[in-house]
Amino acid sequence: MDVKLLTAEPTADERAAVDARLGPPSSAWDGGLDRTPRDLHLAYGGKSQRDRRHLLLPALQALQERIGWISEGGFGYVCERLSVPPADAWGVATFYMMLATTPRPKRVLHVCDDIACRIKGAKAACDGLRAHHSPPLAHGVVGGHGDARPGTHVTLNEFHGAWTTSPCLGLCDVAPAALYLEAGKAPVERSLGDVTSDAAMGLLGGGAEPADVLAPAPLGDPTKRVAPHDGTHIGSLGERRLLKRVGVADPTSLASYRAHGGYAALDRAFALGPEGVIKELNDAKLLGRGGAAFPIGRKWEAVRTQPERERYIICNADESEPGTFKDRVLLTGDPFAIVEALTIGAYAAGCSKGYVYIRGEYPLGAERIQGAINQARAAGLLGENVAGRGFAFDIEVRRGAGAYICGEETAIFESIEGKRGEPRNKPPFPVQHGLFDKPTIVNNVETLANVLPILVEGGAAAAKIGTAQSAGTRLFCVSGHVGRPGVYELPMGATLGELMTLAGGVAGTGTLQAILLGGAAGAFVRPDELSLKLTHEDTRAAGVTLGSGVVVAFDSSVDMKDVLLRIAQFFRDESCGQCVPCRVGTVRQQESLVRITTGKPLGGVSGELALLDEIGAAMKDGSICGLGQTAYAAIESAIKRLQLVRA
Amino acid sequence: MTMPHLKLVQLSRPTREPKRMIELTIDGRAVSVPEGSTILNACQALGIEVPTLCWLETLTPVNVCRVCVVEVEGARVLAPSCSREVEAGMKVKSRSERVDLTRKLVLEMLASSVDLSTSPGMAEMLAEYGAAPERFGECETVAQPVKVDNDLYVRDYAKCVLCYKCVEACGEDHQNTFAIAVAGRGFHAHISTEFAVDLPESACVYCGNCIAVCPTGALMSKREWELREAGQWDESKQTQTDTVCPFCGVGCTLTLHVQEGEIVKATSPLDNDITVGNLCVKGRFGWRHVQNGRTPSAS
Repeated sequence: MDVKLLTAEPTADERAAVDARLGPPSSAWDGGLDRTPRDLHLAYGGKSQRDRRHLLLPALQALQERIGWISEGGFGYVCERLSVPPADAWGVATFYMMLATTPRPKRVLHVCDDIACRIKGAKAACDGLRAHHSPPLAHGVVGGHGDARPGTHVTLNEFHGAWTTSPCLGLCDVAPAALYLEAGKAPVERSLGDVTSDAAMGLLGGGAEPADVLAPAPLGDPTKRVAPHDGTHIGSLGERRLLKRVGVADPTSLASYRAHGGYAALDRAFALGPEGVIKELNDAKLLGRGGAAFPIGRKWEAVRTQPERERYIICNADESEPGTFKDRVLLTGDPFAIVEALTIGAYAAGCSKGYVYIRGEYPLGAERIQGAINQARAAGLLGENVAGRGFAFDIEVRRGAGAYICGEETAIFESIEGKRGEPRNKPPFPVQHGLFDKPTIVNNVETLANVLPILVEGGAAAAKIGTAQSAGTRLFCVSGHVGRPGVYELPMGATLGELMTLAGGVAGTGTLQAILLGGAAGAFVRPDELSLKLTHEDTRAAGVTLGSGVVVAFDSSVDMKDVLLRIAQFFRDESCGQCVPCRVGTVRQQESLVRITTGKPLGGVSGELALLDEIGAAMKDGSICGLGQTAYAAIESAIKRLQLVRA
Repeated sequence: MTMPHLKLVQLSRPTREPKRMIELTIDGRAVSVPEGSTILNACQALGIEVPTLCWLETLTPVNVCRVCVVEVEGARVLAPSCSREVEAGMKVKSRSERVDLTRKLVLEMLASSVDLSTSPGMAEMLAEYGAAPERFGECETVAQPVKVDNDLYVRDYAKCVLCYKCVEACGEDHQNTFAIAVAGRGFHAHISTEFAVDLPESACVYCGNCIAVCPTGALMSKREWELREAGQWDESKQTQTDTVCPFCGVGCTLTLHVQEGEIVKATSPLDNDITVGNLCVKGRFGWRHVQNGRTPSAS
């Protein structure tokens, strides 16, 4: 296709950043600087260029990391390299919140003000920054009805950084948290905990810096370390199956992984054969841990039996559900396990390519998983001939760029393909038409982590853990007002009370007001419901959900209406905007809650509650994907289960 | 000279297998449609009316507006009839309490955020479902100034319901120009050129095929917009005459919309196999010479 390109030229830095990701241009036809006599006679590119469309997001990310924002010149160069129409690429660039299309300082601090951080001091930190530093960077893009042009919102100063509020960063255990990004030749990405406004201003202004809580712990005797990084507590009731190596084995060493039982499951898989592997998973009754609880064995079998030979397996590490950080702990603490489990999945279902789609806010996780892949490849455990068994499989890491919706399984496909992360309508299902329209498995990080112990223990033995309908152990992310926020592994069937005790009981005022179970798409439970058994069947019977294993505890001091407003804000910010019920419904829902909380309800509070119910029903029934379908869930539970808003 | 190869090609041309027929019931009525049909197709076969906004027979369904949702027995949520393929034994309800509630809410959500004053059939649809958008009170809208940056057509995105039709028509479905795309996210998602540049700086070729598919009048030829602004647009005084475009040898059908002796708009019928409603800049906008010197207002 003839693509009308932009006239702005890229700077040398921009060119270098893009070329580092895409490789140098092959000729003047795809952006090369020198027009050779040969170029004047022969045209190159075309389809071969367009086939690299899936590299659009990585190329834009390269600009963002190097320059701090995406200028017209840099943007145009990416379009030229990949032969993507600029308008089309603009749609992609403006979809992801970590990509800036207006000038920004090189240093930007993303301060989490989501639920778990909010109740632990994030509001004070943000207020302090507003008062003493600058207003936050505006979200939104140039040209729409939510136009955000530079200059109107923030004064740029190249020596000082800017800041912006952020949805949940997956650092709820070290709340209040922030993500520090510094663009440049050697970009800096750091996850920070216990952030105060003074510490944040120090960081942005070049003063004292807050602790880098997720920095790799100093190497020593790996067995003596209790956690993969400071600040995170890890615990369990009974045997650790998923957290076994976390904080014990060195996550940067394949040898250490092997020494702690690594790659035993892959050997077992080769002994069992593809069908044998799937049988074990079925025997273990393993259900997906991402929220939908779909049987993994059936998913793998469905892909295994497709006539199409080109198949993919994706590890969904886009963990962005507010309050969730278990995948972060697995990715940083036991990355080789994910590589091994993907290899087993690929062997069982006949996939030759795997992807780890990790959220952009997890720099250390991305580094660790990439390191694990590199070491596995060097050891012959990935590549053309995996472990000498004659099967080819390799894994590529793709980083998200700030979009909760990309955790939706079909939105992942769109994102990897280099498009806006807009979910697809189902059916057709991913096992038939997934990534690049080929049969695809998408599994959550925790689901994959479960595969290893199942193969080692045997499916039947694994099924004995937990309850009849909810087998195995489950990771819970406990945060908010508890003594020891962290990740806890419990056999299914343990109670919420047991989990709370394990996590050090109620902290803060010491009086529990409510617990958010399952995330922003989950539900609130009352303090008198601590005997609730954490299983699929018991939570379903109680009208709540396990969701992604989120447990946020709120003490008696928390203004729960503020929490509800934040949840409503989260969904309107994170809606992709594709379908009407979600795009407008999440806004109308938030507006209604604002009217209620500011004491200006339309038609009385009962009128607003009836309106919310109708908006919620339309979102649940009419939205394309799970985001819209669950956007009313937590708010509904707060109204109906906590009776937080009374007519 | 013999051409055995050509002959072989002709002989081996596959005869298209007749499509399998799928039987299903809609509102209790049995219907049989070819495999690959959508629920909407099946409804149309039965003469059941299903409202649509983002669907058009000449475009790939994007199923984003959700006014065409129907209830499929056994499904957890409603299904978009415009894109869901029929399955044997499917039991569909084209109207039900759930269907009507979702349609009503979707219409209310749109009417409360978008200016629907030039959307044909919208007032009737709102009435049919009892939509009362005012119950959302004072709420956020997509209101913004109209974009007039060229002589041929205007873009009034305060009227945009984000049906994606213009993007599809500009892109792979029809024109392959890719001048516009959906940009931004959530409620702030909108149709845009790169960096929101004006149309003359974009890849736009002014075929106006986006105008032809716009269901709300957000995209409108400049002449229609001028007449509407002046309060002179009057469809009751308009006639439509089919003719052949005089410009090139393709011979696209032109439908000339004439108001009081003046051509005010040119369209092309959707049911033409070759052009499926599309024209180029000459056909869509190149008719002013016909009346130059006759109607000063059309200069």
